[in-house]
Amino acid sequence: MSAILPPSERIWWKQPIDRAEGTWVAIALVWCLIMFFMMPYWHVYGKQNYKGEAYRTTPAAFSVKVEEMVQNHTVRHVTDRNIPVVRPPAGSDVYLLARLWDWYPALELRKGETYRLHMSSMDWQHGFSLQPLNINMQILPGYETVITITPDSSGEFTIVCNEYCGILHHQMLGKIYVVD
Amino acid sequence: MREQFRTCPRTGLIFHRPAENLIKANAVAAVVFLLVGGFLGLLVVLTRWQAVHLLGPDTFYQALTGHGVITLLVWIIFFEIALLYFCASTLLRSRLATPRLGWLAFGLMMIGAAMTAIAILQGGSSVMMTSYVPMPAAPQFYLGLIIFAVGALIGCFIFLGTLVIARAERTYEGSIPLVTFGALTACIIAIFTIASGAVILVPTFLWSVGYISQIDPLMYRVIWWAMGHSSQQINVAAHISVWYAIAAIVFGARPMSERVSRMAFLLYIFFLQLASAHHILVDPGVGTEWKLFNTSYAMYLAVLASMIHGLTVPGAIEVSQREKGLNNGLFEWLRKAPWGNPVFSGMFISLVGFGFLGGITGVIMGTEQLNLIIHNTMYVPGHFHPTVAVGTTLAFMAISYYLVPALFQRELVLPTLAKWQPYLFGIGTSLMGLFQMGAGTLGVSRRHWDMAFAGSPFSFEYGGTAHMMMGLAGFFGVISSIGAAAFIIIMVGTILFGKRVSEKSEYTTKRPARLPRAEPAPDHSNIGVAGFVAPGTFILALVFLATFVVYFFLNFGYLSSVWPMS
Ligand code: HEM
Ligand SMILES: [Cu+2]
Ligand SMILES: [Cu+2]
Repeated sequence: MSAILPPSERIWWKQPIDRAEGTWVAIALVWCLIMFFMMPYWHVYGKQNYKGEAYRTTPAAFSVKVEEMVQNHTVRHVTDRNIPVVRPPAGSDVYLLARLWDWYPALELRKGETYRLHMSSMDWQHGFSLQPLNINMQILPGYETVITITPDSSGEFTIVCNEYCGILHHQMLGKIYVVD
Repeated sequence: MREQFRTCPRTGLIFHRPAENLIKANAVAAVVFLLVGGFLGLLVVLTRWQAVHLLGPDTFYQALTGHGVITLLVWIIFFEIALLYFCASTLLRSRLATPRLGWLAFGLMMIGAAMTAIAILQGGSSVMMTSYVPMPAAPQFYLGLIIFAVGALIGCFIFLGTLVIARAERTYEGSIPLVTFGALTACIIAIFTIASGAVILVPTFLWSVGYISQIDPLMYRVIWWAMGHSSQQINVAAHISVWYAIAAIVFGARPMSERVSRMAFLLYIFFLQLASAHHILVDPGVGTEWKLFNTSYAMYLAVLASMIHGLTVPGAIEVSQREKGLNNGLFEWLRKAPWGNPVFSGMFISLVGFGFLGGITGVIMGTEQLNLIIHNTMYVPGHFHPTVAVGTTLAFMAISYYLVPALFQRELVLPTLAKWQPYLFGIGTSLMGLFQMGAGTLGVSRRHWDMAFAGSPFSFEYGGTAHMMMGLAGFFGVISSIGAAAFIIIMVGTILFGKRVSEKSEYTTKRPARLPRAEPAPDHSNIGVAGFVAPGTFILALVFLATFVVYFFLNFGYLSSVWPMS
């Protein structure tokens, strides 16, 4: 019963280690180190990383940038709510705004081109979840997240909000159209 | 001096009366809250099962907030306070420090839990247990949590005080037992956790009543998770202590080596509570170096500790079984284990579910880049039900089958149901978790009322497989709820209607005899295979490792298939 009794050896920290235990500790330690070094390795050789680029912003300042982009690059409108679809120049800065309860505006990107996507929230926390790819980012008010993306598949992609943001959270969808 | 100690005739445990009463009160409160929280879980899972879609959006988010707060905080922490008193007072045969303050702690925890629960019930606080700012909850939502935490903190200090008394009055020989050492680990982590909680919840409360104009959402997340995640480490330390205790109680097993097991607990104290970054890996404005160091708990040293416990607990059981003559082949010891005894079966399912489902997936999610394809999807509840529901909750259920009859001096009612209960709850919850993970891998969001997005200007449809996964999660969630209900029925039934045990157990004024050291381990050269005393466990551990390695790289495979980004 010794796990609920005081250890039999007075100096328990000198007790010899059993072979099964010793071997396992060694194997497990090696695996832990491999897992750890996989992260910096992927930063160097992997293609999917978020380096944490972000800036402080305010809802007002951020929506100015969004509006400017919408004014200059809207190509059409979609849905009965007339949501603008913006086609920004390849390589440019693209602004996407999250608010209760939509993603504004919709975007049209070119396959194989690289964009700097800026995102921020106007109100509460939101979650950027690009489906069906399943890329997920946290979006906070007051912070401008910047991520450089290169769409390498074309078609219609949906942004689902996956941070709970109130009663109509489930209606908060956005679109990214990727054209060849 | 008043009559203080009694010896339980069945278990040989020696209860100090005030400690016994406090353990009873905290355990009963825990079970009552599990009833409420589990019922809300059933409503939630039946809503996420799209074909059933039980609740409307407002009640769904309300029920989900209640479910998270009540199961994760209230049920588990009440039970942990009971365990702390048990590990200090009962196991060490010591009187409990300041029982009056113990009742104060209990009262504060009850008031706090009730206050938060009422705030949720009133409807203005459906903010999820994380209550991310700036989404506001009613002030009493935060205040209740703060009061609850103060109560729990007092409980921690009573535990420490009792250790001091036991040492001063020399109620035991040598060092404290391993299980108490594990409880001490949990207690130290708890104190850190509650401090972090105060740092974030007190300002948030002040903000909710208007004394502070703004709380930075990123700072909130970093500090909230310093509490939110470390509190999971309290659970891990507590339920691993319970595993060791059950191995000792059911099998008379001794730790393979005290040294390795205690070092593993020490690794928890040093590194486990570090982690909060794995919740903010895809947040803006957090530096990469800090993320890597923090999310890996300093190069996975705490994961190493869990992998060690994962070997040493079943290993201790194996050695003890082999000593008793079940020494044939690799797995005779396991085949002939008492699978009909819920104390053992609950503990073993808890161990396997926690390791294979909860543990592996936790490390996967916490890998910086892999989090990009997992954050906030159903994968997250798919991970933490195997950890907190199968790992912690089921371990606590298992030890209850041993403790509740001893505490209340009654026979367990419905023994046949008790035999099946760990399987219902353990397997039901594990499979629910597994299918939630499947749905998450396919992109289904957590905390989301409608995966069909009714009313949105845009449309999006998940594939049939995702719907099927959510349906299966729903089905097994119902099984899991039945398992939880069975536990509550058995416990409440035992306390209220169980047959009184025939043997007498009187309180006496005599101090209990000093707790002796364990017998030294016998010679092990005649058991095991190829110089390994626990070869079966070692093989199981290698299977675990192989699963882990394959699944880890499989996820990097998924990751490499999404859009390049930096
Ligand atoms: C009784 C059986 C249970 C069922 C059927 C169940 C079901 C669920 C479901 C379906 C979700 C929601 C997923 C989502 O939409 O995000 C959930 C969330 C959760 N569950 Fe359970 N659960 C059960 C037991 C437990 C237990 C015992 C615990 C903890 C000890 C627990 C802790 C949680 C937590 C912390 C959340 C997250 C709440 C949030 O997102 O804020 N559950 N559960
Ligand atoms: Cu949102
Ligand atoms: Cu949302």
